[in-house]
Amino acid sequence: MMAEPVVALREMPAHTPDSGAWSGVRWALARDLKLALRSRAELGVQVLFYVIVVSLFPLASTPEKNQLALMGPGVLWVAALLASLLSLPRLFASDYADGTLEQMALSPYPLSALVSGKMIAHWLTTGLPVVVLAPLLGLQYGIDGEALAALTVALLVGTPILSLLGAIGAALTLGLRGGGSLLALLVLPLCVPVLIFGAGTVDAVHAGLGVAANLSLLGAGLLVAIVGAPLAASAAVRIALD
Amino acid sequence: MNLYRYSSPSTFYPLAGKLAPWFGWSALILAIVGLWIGFGIAPTDFQQGEAYRIIFIHVATAWMSMFIYLVMAFWSALSLGFNTRLSGMMAQAMAPTGALMTFIALWTGAFWGRPTWGTYWAWDARMTSELILLFLYFGVIALRNAIDDDRRADRACGVLALVGAVNVPIIYFSVQWWNTLHQGSSVSMVAAPKMAAIMLAGMLVMALAVWFYSIAVTLVRVRCIILERERGAAWTGQMTEPGKT
Repeated sequence: MMAEPVVALREMPAHTPDSGAWSGVRWALARDLKLALRSRAELGVQVLFYVIVVSLFPLASTPEKNQLALMGPGVLWVAALLASLLSLPRLFASDYADGTLEQMALSPYPLSALVSGKMIAHWLTTGLPVVVLAPLLGLQYGIDGEALAALTVALLVGTPILSLLGAIGAALTLGLRGGGSLLALLVLPLCVPVLIFGAGTVDAVHAGLGVAANLSLLGAGLLVAIVGAPLAASAAVRIALD
Repeated sequence: MNLYRYSSPSTFYPLAGKLAPWFGWSALILAIVGLWIGFGIAPTDFQQGEAYRIIFIHVATAWMSMFIYLVMAFWSALSLGFNTRLSGMMAQAMAPTGALMTFIALWTGAFWGRPTWGTYWAWDARMTSELILLFLYFGVIALRNAIDDDRRADRACGVLALVGAVNVPIIYFSVQWWNTLHQGSSVSMVAAPKMAAIMLAGMLVMALAVWFYSIAVTLVRVRCIILERERGAAWTGQMTEPGKT
């Protein structure tokens, strides 16, 4: 590993009685974003991975337009899931290796707040590009109009859940052998409901059912994940640090 | 009698040793009775023919597969909350049996589906969520194997089992809604014909047999785990080799 300039912990704002958990979230978010922007090439590779996976499916199955429009939403969702998974090992690994994570656990801020900041940063760097590219890739699959809009909104609501759930798996597998494939085994089954409701949004449009039900369920899942995942992930980080 | 006495591995080990044969033999007897009812006494189904008899195994294992996950999550919660050693060992001992039950339920389900529905596999809500349950079991077992430190493994698997337990109902309902959205329920397991009393009896006896089997193997397995983990302690030496001091 190269010795990157670590964004030092002393930049962490001093903890005073009235500085809430939010300043911890903000600090961790800003730090992870800064680190991500210092290795832009890596970010680009992740986005490219997503685009390439999506582009492979028509080659492997059929260029026939109607069928592509049918399977398009599913392909985009699975690719988003894989892209999110691909970058998960990095979420805690380098901080774990150089001891930063331990310092975070010792800091006066709640660890769950710092972990939340890292989760948000993970979504901004991997989830958001997926959402932004979705309309373009959807057009390649002949998904149009209302369905395309529904797909994009569903990705916007659903991909944060992938980052939140994934962070739990990333924390659980910190420093373990076979980390990457183990992470996939832990995280992918948990993401099944997101996949179903997310891809189902487009089907609902085609069936004339409206997107409200699926998006509400995704939103409910997001709220539950926002409440629960930081707690579970920070517990897992503490277990790994023991 | 203070039951908490048995929350320590050193006192639970002999208790488990005494209980395991009872549960094991009961399981065997119940299984023989259940299979005899199922394959000998119960009448042939007028719709499904002889093939329906597989439910005597299928339903019992399917119930057990879901129930074991909940019990495992319960022990995991105890292990995380009270930091008790035995709870983690119990959770560890249950995972393989849970995975086995899930696998048997899927396997027998496929063999039942072939003559009844004309297909080994359908993306039916129950089958799909059972398959995902199998993945969840594999995840817990794989995570356990990847961690060398037993206490860390207990707690990490505990977090995973709890997250999974919250997720299992969500997975079940999501798959159910997804399937009804995609297609009408071409294969419905709910619309089983009214069951004759003797069939129900056979199924319940088999369910009990599977229960007792699971308890017995869990106890035997937890004894091995206790010995493995407490190998440094003085009492394990006395327990396994009474002659030596």
